[in-house]
Amino acid sequence: MKKNNSKKIKKNGNGKNLMDSNIPKGPLSQKWTLHKSKINLVSPSNKRLIDIIVVGTGLAGASASATLAELGYNVKTFCFQDSPRRAHSIAAQGGINASKNYQGDGDSTHRLFYDTIKGGDYRSREANVYRLAEVSGNIIDQCVAQGVPFARDYGGLLDNRSFGGVLVSRTFYAKGQTGQQLLLGAYSAMNRQIGRGKITMYNRHEMMDVVIKDGKARGIISRNLINGEIQRHGAHAVVLATGGYGNVFFLSTNAMGSNVSAGWKIHKKGALFANPCFTQIHPTCIPVSGEHQSKLTLMSESLRNDGRIWVPKKIEDVKLIREGKLSPTDLNEKDRDYYLERRYPAFGNLVPRDVASRAAKERCDAGYGVNSTGEAVYLDFSAAINRYGKEEAHVKGLDENDADLVKKLGQEIVRSKYGNLFQMYEKIVDQNPYEMPMMIYPAVHYTMGGVWVDYNLMTSIKGCYAIGEANFSDHGANRLGASALMQGLADGYFVLPYTIGDYLTNDIRTGKIDISAPEFEKAENQVKSQINKLLKNKGQNSVDYYHKKLGKIMWDKCGMSRNEKDLKSAINEIKRLREDFHKNVFVPGNDKEYNEELAKAGRVSDFLELGELFAKDALERNESCGGHFREEFQTPEGEALRNDKNFTFVSAWEYNGEPSNAIMHKENLNYQEIEVKTRSYK
Amino acid sequence: MNLILKIWRQPNSKSKGKMVTYPVENVSPDMSFLEMIDMLNEKIILKGEDPVAFDHDCREGICGMCSMFINGQAHGPDRLVTTCQLHMRKFRDGDTIIVEPFRANAFPVIKDLIVDRSSFDRIQQAGGFISINTSGNTQDANAIPIEKDDADKAFDAATCIGCGACVASCKNASAMLFVSAKVSQYSLLPQGKVEATDRVLNMVNQMDEEGFGNCTNTGACEVECPKGISLENIARLNREFLISKVKT
Repeated sequence: MKKNNSKKIKKNGNGKNLMDSNIPKGPLSQKWTLHKSKINLVSPSNKRLIDIIVVGTGLAGASASATLAELGYNVKTFCFQDSPRRAHSIAAQGGINASKNYQGDGDSTHRLFYDTIKGGDYRSREANVYRLAEVSGNIIDQCVAQGVPFARDYGGLLDNRSFGGVLVSRTFYAKGQTGQQLLLGAYSAMNRQIGRGKITMYNRHEMMDVVIKDGKARGIISRNLINGEIQRHGAHAVVLATGGYGNVFFLSTNAMGSNVSAGWKIHKKGALFANPCFTQIHPTCIPVSGEHQSKLTLMSESLRNDGRIWVPKKIEDVKLIREGKLSPTDLNEKDRDYYLERRYPAFGNLVPRDVASRAAKERCDAGYGVNSTGEAVYLDFSAAINRYGKEEAHVKGLDENDADLVKKLGQEIVRSKYGNLFQMYEKIVDQNPYEMPMMIYPAVHYTMGGVWVDYNLMTSIKGCYAIGEANFSDHGANRLGASALMQGLADGYFVLPYTIGDYLTNDIRTGKIDISAPEFEKAENQVKSQINKLLKNKGQNSVDYYHKKLGKIMWDKCGMSRNEKDLKSAINEIKRLREDFHKNVFVPGNDKEYNEELAKAGRVSDFLELGELFAKDALERNESCGGHFREEFQTPEGEALRNDKNFTFVSAWEYNGEPSNAIMHKENLNYQEIEVKTRSYK
Repeated sequence: MNLILKIWRQPNSKSKGKMVTYPVENVSPDMSFLEMIDMLNEKIILKGEDPVAFDHDCREGICGMCSMFINGQAHGPDRLVTTCQLHMRKFRDGDTIIVEPFRANAFPVIKDLIVDRSSFDRIQQAGGFISINTSGNTQDANAIPIEKDDADKAFDAATCIGCGACVASCKNASAMLFVSAKVSQYSLLPQGKVEATDRVLNMVNQMDEEGFGNCTNTGACEVECPKGISLENIARLNREFLISKVKT
């Protein structure tokens, strides 16, 4: 990014589209088709001359690696886990959206597109979202052909369920393990290519930096996590599929190893970072139980199909419940406040995640939280168990009025739908959710923000791409449930492998990238000196000490609701914490062995920079939209109040030393097809 | 509660390892086993020593990365859980807990409790897939109806997380349960039937090459499997293998 752009932005202020997102011309529904038919192709024999690096093996990375290798490119794929199958997409539970309209309930590409834009609170890029909806059906076809065992009905056809923020059933699922099954599908496609030698797999390797030569991404520096070896890898293009940065909050539903480092390293080398403050706080997670907690566990949104969320109506009952003197099952219907059904009659328990999370926080802040910390609400399946039990008794010709029988039959149906989730809950909380309502509370889950990319998924560094959760483009300010899996696979299977060819047509005569070039040497030396600095620091605090402190600042001041005062103080606190980290962190061991503390230290050091940019982004966005709720901007009923006139844009930050000195570029969001409205789920 | 841990410490794959004793105090019953190790590691680090290395990532029982052998059982005393889902309420105050890596020739120790399970990846690379390109030009998903019972069985087999508990629990260090889960998934689905013969032969060959032992039907693998993968899959693998052998 050239500096003069930033000068322009200051002069022009709002209202000028300064980031060129390369959206093709033409009517919205034709853009992708026309674009695909016009972009340049690399011939099969030339593909053999081109190397591509993919970092990350979640749904986006694994699917992209497999497809690129099938097309004939030489792919090198990296993951920090011991096997590509372990990337955190594996933990996605509920499902994947596709506008197949198998249920005949009026679904269509347009409706999926519209729901996703509306769900994102009109802060996502229209053309990208339309393309996503357009290829969604193909994903299901592809996965079934690969042998992904989706749930089926007795006729042998695919089953669907419903997710938040929509009025149709378009979510395909495999019990509560949809992410696992989709990832194993993509992993199997990768394995086929690894077996053929078209993908070289680097397990337990971490990307340490990107190498840029003549303005183009030409490789990466990696570190072998087993023996600490620093390696240079050259390629004609680099694809980041490195996931989200929810772990900046320390406690989140992300895996322990999930991090921002790859995205942050390319940001420091010139890639813009977009909408960092757009974070999804998922409404249904198991509440925090104590100081020792290392991560939070999600209970899939699919549970809101059948679970009803409530807190007691009377504060006296809340007290009795907290003291253990009253069981929630003893409370009459009239003494329960089903607050989502009360506030949002049209969508009820299936409002989008941001809305459901804020509503839970509102009740808990008002003193109605039902556990000892006051930060939990009930998710109750008794009504569903009763309903299913009666249906089943009717089908089997049994007595529908036999309460015990109905309960037993109903529990079996619920077990078949959500068995693994209920088991997970029981193991963690030590309570039987078939008998007692679950206790849940919102937790950090997904980051809509990420590396800025254009329509072709290229970042602002030429030849460097970002796909899946690592980029920012499709979910705006709030992601709808079951859309992350859809986006990861859409990017990896169907979008990137074609758009990247357009760029690579200029590289068919480039030849192997020379890793002895000074650019590689410089990048490698930088990486080594950072590692040495961390190891030589004779501090007295562990890496986790800083990570936890950062997480607390983020959750208290940049969490579910934000205000100017807190955000300003967060910026200062994070800055001080970062300075303290670099003075006083202690990293044991050396760099020639397996050293998890060293790997963690590098990641936390990047989180300490990102956190500050996050707070700055939240501070500059003087409106509430989706998951970004600024207390100063709300309706009298406490709903998010957008400011479309001044903030219908993507904030894309350019690195400029200290994160708080970052320079904002804007990509104005122009809606061709849809009318921007106030989101209502009432 | 207070506990005594005896943990296998081994600096790397080349050096010899030994058991080292660590007392841990003030363990909450609500902690997961890994959070208890986190607590121990925090103390070790602040003493300037090398923390216990162990594999872990999702900490919700699905990635299959965590892999400890606790008191002689893969993933510890609880059933149908991984170590990250094992909670300290399963132990009692004053207990001595022995923690070892998953042991098998085909899983060499990398450091302390971390082992190299890339042999599992290589078995999958030998045939754990359906040879179809990801171009998206396939037939409509509902053009292949699949009997619900078969689809459910295929799913149950497919829930294997590849953690290696079956190998660690088997007296022969056999990988049959793991291999049979993948073979079963595909053999139960019409999409997988086309290349069933090659798949089972290639995967079993690779399994043997990696140095896993044979199956003697003791069934420890099924008992210790955190996902409850059934022995029936091994029977199915054997049938598939036999049919393929006869065919070729």
